[in-house]
Amino acid sequence: MSLLKLYFRSPSAIIGLLLLLLVLAMAATADWFYPRDPLALAGRPLLWPFTNPRFLLGTDNSGRDIAAQIFHGARISLLIGVVATVISIMIGITIGAFAGYYGGWVDTALMRVTEAFQTLPNFILLLVLVAVFGSTITTVTVAIGIVSWPASARLTRAEFLSLRSREFVQAGRTLGLKDAKLIFGEILPNALPPVIVYASVVMAVAILLESALAFLKLSDPNVASWGNLIGAGRDVLRVQWYVSAIPGVAILITVLAVSLVGQGLNDALNPRLKGR
Amino acid sequence: MRVLALAGRRLAASIPTLFLILIGVFLLLQFAPGDTVDAMMAQMGGGDATTARQLREFYGLDLSLGAQLANYLWRLVRLDLGFSAIYGKPVATVIAERLPATLLLMTAALSLAFFFGLILGVVAARGVNKWQDTLISTLGLVFYAMPTFWFGLMAIIVFAIYLQWLPAGGFEDITVGLTGLARTLDIIRHLVLPTLTLGLFYMAIYLRIMRGSMLEVLNLDFVRTARAKGMDETRVVVRHVLRNALLPMVTLIGLQAGTMLGGSVVVESVFSLPGLGRLAYESVIQRDLNTLLGIVFVSALLVIAVNFIVDLLYARLDPRITAGR
Repeated sequence: MSLLKLYFRSPSAIIGLLLLLLVLAMAATADWFYPRDPLALAGRPLLWPFTNPRFLLGTDNSGRDIAAQIFHGARISLLIGVVATVISIMIGITIGAFAGYYGGWVDTALMRVTEAFQTLPNFILLLVLVAVFGSTITTVTVAIGIVSWPASARLTRAEFLSLRSREFVQAGRTLGLKDAKLIFGEILPNALPPVIVYASVVMAVAILLESALAFLKLSDPNVASWGNLIGAGRDVLRVQWYVSAIPGVAILITVLAVSLVGQGLNDALNPRLKGR
Repeated sequence: MRVLALAGRRLAASIPTLFLILIGVFLLLQFAPGDTVDAMMAQMGGGDATTARQLREFYGLDLSLGAQLANYLWRLVRLDLGFSAIYGKPVATVIAERLPATLLLMTAALSLAFFFGLILGVVAARGVNKWQDTLISTLGLVFYAMPTFWFGLMAIIVFAIYLQWLPAGGFEDITVGLTGLARTLDIIRHLVLPTLTLGLFYMAIYLRIMRGSMLEVLNLDFVRTARAKGMDETRVVVRHVLRNALLPMVTLIGLQAGTMLGGSVVVESVFSLPGLGRLAYESVIQRDLNTLLGIVFVSALLVIAVNFIVDLLYARLDPRITAGR
């Protein structure tokens, strides 16, 4: 309860939550407002926004309804964002927990791998993964998860390093708890809050990465993704610039919402840091 | 000298990391559908199985996986990155041709991000929770949330199409054949929009970090002492706070070097700049795996080099690093 109160003290956190609810509402009502396939031909191509009441945001260069693609795109962006974040945080937590708990050569080996992932530019690794495994929505999501775990691994490791010699862990060890139980049952719940807050950063980056891939026409062309629409609009940028402009605003709002909520959570969890 | 030794040790420690990356990506690329010979055959418009076999033998692709990997690493030690079947040139040559544009873009964008991030961060921290802080922080959030390629497209619409102040893409005007100073100015004109596009995103990150670390240092005891001595606020900030607050910013350069290189892939495609990032994109599209592996190698080297420089800078900013360890 007090956490909620702390959260709602910050106006930017409230704005972030409202924006996130707006995007969620768009994703939830997409089928209701636009039951047809958003990628199907809907009308004359390149209709400007607000000129035809049937297509509120106009149509793109192949005559598809832009508003329908924006609504359905909210689903894709949130889906990819959430799933990629879960994958990335899971990998990060596992690697960070083992490295921090065991220390020694396990730590050295795992941190070497983490370092390798951080040295290789993540977008280039993403390109390699897409080149090898193709670009369906599943592979793209998994690939984004794979390239964005190192920071959460480091965060988890740091938490484990400071927690592993606390009394409650020693007590657990004296009671004869197994390592796995100690790691996941005792230490992890205490190490989780900063990682959860960091997840909002991962999600923001994941949405941006997918849109960049889609813009380069390397993401799944068979889903209504905002990045795909920006990429399509690029061909008619000189005159019908709205085709690219509209989905960009949608991405901007979504990423902004996710970051603001993350920041609000962070401030609520660490009230001491408030005002920074 | 001690600084160099320290940074050198860090550099030596990154060599195993480099090998780990290369072995990992090499093995990963074995799963790719089609190899270099397939790409070459497609380029030539098809051929019979005997030619394919001869070519595979020529490029050593008929050997076992372990032998191929050993061959590749041995060639890398001699700085031979192999041959690009698509471009018909050694990979090293192809990359060397593309490297200057990327280095120029990254340096320009990093300088912009660092310089303005620093100034805006200081201004925001000095007026914390006042209007200038709110304005700068909001601006930072918006730039952070904006997809870089979308910002690039919008900048093209405004500055290249509508106002016609700046070119919409390319590295230089090749139709005129400029030389000397005129050519330099032409390249600068072409790089303004790409630099803004890539740099503003990082500026948003830098100003946030700078603001936070300024606020942290401003609360420390030695700042109170300086103020108690009657020093005016500007002198306190410039002489005492800035140097200490800069440390996290410098760390960030090292951490961001990789993502920035990744970001230039997108920016270079938006502005059709002939850089490394665009080459990476093209080699994915054309399945030029040799070139792709070469780019992985060079970009990892680049990140390691940036971190080496950051280590040196860090020691200059914080004398305790050299004195301590």
